[in-house]
Amino acid sequence: MDQSEFIIEVSLENKPAARDPVAETIKRDLIAKKGYNMVSNVRSGQYLRINIMAENENKAKEIVTKMCNDLRIFNPVTQNLTVLNVKKI
Amino acid sequence: MKPKIAVLMFPGSNCDLDTLHVLKNVMEVETNLVWHNHFKEKDYDGVILPGGFAFGDYLRAGIIAAHSPAIDEAKVMLYDGRPVIGICNGFQILTEAQFLPGALLQNDSLKFVCKWVNLVVENNNTAFSNKMNKGQVIDIPIAHGEGRFFTDNIKELEENNQIVFRYADEEGNATQNSNPNGSLGNIAGVCNLDQNCIGLMPHPERASEAILSPKNTIDGRLFFESMIEYIMRRVH
Repeated sequence: MDQSEFIIEVSLENKPAARDPVAETIKRDLIAKKGYNMVSNVRSGQYLRINIMAENENKAKEIVTKMCNDLRIFNPVTQNLTVLNVKKI
Repeated sequence: MKPKIAVLMFPGSNCDLDTLHVLKNVMEVETNLVWHNHFKEKDYDGVILPGGFAFGDYLRAGIIAAHSPAIDEAKVMLYDGRPVIGICNGFQILTEAQFLPGALLQNDSLKFVCKWVNLVVENNNTAFSNKMNKGQVIDIPIAHGEGRFFTDNIKELEENNQIVFRYADEEGNATQNSNPNGSLGNIAGVCNLDQNCIGLMPHPERASEAILSPKNTIDGRLFFESMIEYIMRRVH
């Protein structure tokens, strides 16, 4: 079957139970101090953009999710992985 | 029988030579420094994964090293009861390799913390603590940016006696003030269920000679003496 190229965007974020001192500092020492009091929460994380050849969008997403799990690209003890976007190019 | 220990060297390890020095010259045990790709478990009675920044700590501290062939070799030792020890970055590698429970996150201060601390011994039956007393206070340095121990199941660790060391004050109380990095439950070191695999953030290799200690202590030797004792007990 013909293969197409996709870009998949993935985020890795600490689980809610794991404190996120980077985001706490951004919120406390930058956002709140500069008057953006309407901001109630911030979480930080990592972002990956992956180019992949696959048969279709679902297959591309499936491979990336499996790869991230198999290789522990995210640590399931502390992090959640979210596929943010899949785009054919 | 004389024990033979391997100290693994990953690209980015930087406490490998200190650990080798203490084992060879202070403890007087036959020890080899082994490049991670060359490590063969059959040649050794125990292995230490030293501190440093293996593979630059890219992605997460320890994760790339956790995919090294050395980890497959160490797994054989893990299952047959030989000691597998991770110090600092080695601890991070062993959690990422799932030899040990939990994970090490960035310090809550967001700063690299480098100072002498006190540990209280919680479990003195392991391959890296059997020469200590339960409740004993240990004088030892830490040096890390990602040492905040986290688990989503601390109750299980407590029930299984897998918490080996906690950060404490000089009296051995695990207080909030004595917690240098925000670790859950002040946890500084844990073990597997069989107690032959131990990981800890503090550096015993930097605490084994009086000249290196502000208080002239040599508490670090207790860790290595425990490892040697454990190996000798296993064999006889």
